[in-house]
Amino acid sequence: MSLELNKVTKRVGAEVHIHETSLILEEGSFNTLLGPTLSGKTTMMQLMAGLDRPTSGEIRFRGQDVTGVPVQKRNISMVYQQFINYPNFNVYDNIASPLRVAGMTGREIDERVMRVAELLRLKPMLKRRPSELSGGQQQRTAIARALVKDSDIILLDEPLANLDYKLREELRDELPRFFAERTRIVVYATTEPTEALLFRGNTATLHAGRVTQFGETGEIYHRPADLITARVSSDPPINTAQVSKHGNEVHIGQIRLPVYGGARNLPDGSYIIGIRPHHITPLARNAGAATIEGKVLIAELSGSESAIHFDLNGETWVSQSPGIHPFEVGSIATLYVDMNHTLYFDLDDRRVEGSE
Amino acid sequence: MANIVLRDIRHSYLPNPTRNEDWALKRLTIDWADGGAYALLGPSGCGKTTLLNLISGLLKPTEGRIFFDGRDITDTSPEARNIAQVFQFPVVYDTMTVYDNLAFPLRNRGIDKQQVDERVREVAAMLELETTLDERASGLTADGKQKISLGRGLVRSDVNVIMFDEPLTVIDPHLKWVLRSKLKELHQRTRRTMIYVTHDQTEALTFADQVVVMNNGEIVQTGTPIELFERPSHTFVGHFIGSPGMNVLPCEVKGGKALFAGQPVDSLNASACRGEDGKLELGVRPEFVSFVEDGIPVRVVNVLDAGRYRIVEIDHAGHRIKMRIPEELSIPEGAAHVRFAPDRTQIYRDGWVVT
Repeated sequence: MSLELNKVTKRVGAEVHIHETSLILEEGSFNTLLGPTLSGKTTMMQLMAGLDRPTSGEIRFRGQDVTGVPVQKRNISMVYQQFINYPNFNVYDNIASPLRVAGMTGREIDERVMRVAELLRLKPMLKRRPSELSGGQQQRTAIARALVKDSDIILLDEPLANLDYKLREELRDELPRFFAERTRIVVYATTEPTEALLFRGNTATLHAGRVTQFGETGEIYHRPADLITARVSSDPPINTAQVSKHGNEVHIGQIRLPVYGGARNLPDGSYIIGIRPHHITPLARNAGAATIEGKVLIAELSGSESAIHFDLNGETWVSQSPGIHPFEVGSIATLYVDMNHTLYFDLDDRRVEGSE
Repeated sequence: MANIVLRDIRHSYLPNPTRNEDWALKRLTIDWADGGAYALLGPSGCGKTTLLNLISGLLKPTEGRIFFDGRDITDTSPEARNIAQVFQFPVVYDTMTVYDNLAFPLRNRGIDKQQVDERVREVAAMLELETTLDERASGLTADGKQKISLGRGLVRSDVNVIMFDEPLTVIDPHLKWVLRSKLKELHQRTRRTMIYVTHDQTEALTFADQVVVMNNGEIVQTGTPIELFERPSHTFVGHFIGSPGMNVLPCEVKGGKALFAGQPVDSLNASACRGEDGKLELGVRPEFVSFVEDGIPVRVVNVLDAGRYRIVEIDHAGHRIKMRIPEELSIPEGAAHVRFAPDRTQIYRDGWVVT
């Protein structure tokens, strides 16, 4: 029982919007489509919803071929980045509208509306119009409308992107709870790795119209299949460098770093290493720490964390760590790299198995 | 570049404001030094854009005066104020080349060709746009276009102030990192007076030397990022800054000692707390709550993994508390004990820190 994309592609004229993609989204699962702007997230959702037809391949839902079945004939809800509500309806009627369209009657409508209003903390404002609500309340109303009719699939296309940072944080906290109780499939598109991580569930990373990896979110973050997936799933961006491995050392120009763990067994040669910014700190914390020196480009001190941007053999690298660590622009910073968490890729950008 | 002073400013969009809530900006005074990097931070509707429009001259304050370098410019037109502004959505002339886009504000002011060329190349170098100077702007990506907007803001050397209104809101997270640090680097190199308006705490705190936190048309606290993080003077600042925001818990103070749900808690300022009136609360950030052998007994309710840290939700006597635990530390299951860092725990009365 699932939504299945089988060798689906989408071309518009000569342009490929979605390269051949096969995915199975299980019933009751929360799936994040993670990728930068124009990576194909919205197109993918439109194909899943039946708002758009694939150029080739098929889409199956609960075993049935639904390729080309329009959205009206399928039980699907969508929530967009721009909050869409009926401006002349109050919150109650906005939430009730899909039920009325479905021909439901008074008492049943009332029960369902009150239930989602409770869940989304909209009860005190049911009589208000959208214009009298904050952005967060307007988006919660749109989400309530998507939840109220018990859709088989709910698609949310960057629903928090237009909200204030703090509201985003609050809704991000609450969203998984709204979906927890039912067996429906949830698909959530975002550009933000942190969102995907906090939602857990599954993640498909997208880049230039291609799903680079699909699986459990923690797995994608800790064991990315390739360099693009590692980049797409890292915020702040992952630091990378081409290295040559000689025994238990890797060399980046004149810089020498130790190799730990399974990576010691890799044959000598050229690799690309990836080190996330929080594994480089101004304080020696771990046993696996190696020292590097870099020329400071800028130090950003946010009060809680310090992000030090520095030059390492011609590449811009970033260190991010808790606490306050001021550095003068142009000075040489001594930093500690936790080599235990280094990712190794081959020169075709595939992560090398057994290197962790 | 100029020193900017706003004196006793109030603003209302209504013709006859009477009630307190009629004011979009309640009385405020600000003194910004020449060459500083400042941020206005607050939620939608807090008055930060109104304040920006007062400085640029798009709005005239209902009350109060505005000075640039001691000169009263309250009645001066926006054009005559000599301000550069960068907006949320890139403003770019698609049919022009990158070079012409950058040169536009200078040519408009009749600056000679050689000087235009020098300035354009200097700014293009700072923003790493040198290789695209001859390309049409229409072919650029969203962040490329926003770089041009930033460049146009920086290209004039005669402006009093450069104002940024949510310049990175529509930029993807990865590029945000690049542009944000670029902007800070540019400030350090040029030392222009810059005012940055945003609802995003990370942008405000990493860019500015001084951050003005606003809520409901008022300034709640002005301070360095470190001051705002370590010593929030109001629970709103504690909540709004930090991710997750500060834990605000009910408390009582007896004989100069704070008690949270019957548990004694050491704090910075409980000894200064006198009198019974008002609502007393204790504020401690998720970063400053740690697991210990012996302390406040709690139950671990939920753990969210954000990759480089985890947000741990704990419960003590029905009160939910959030902790932020780095990747390398382990988290106990079920029953545990925690401690609030005494030098990072403050007592608040009716929202304001007790002094």
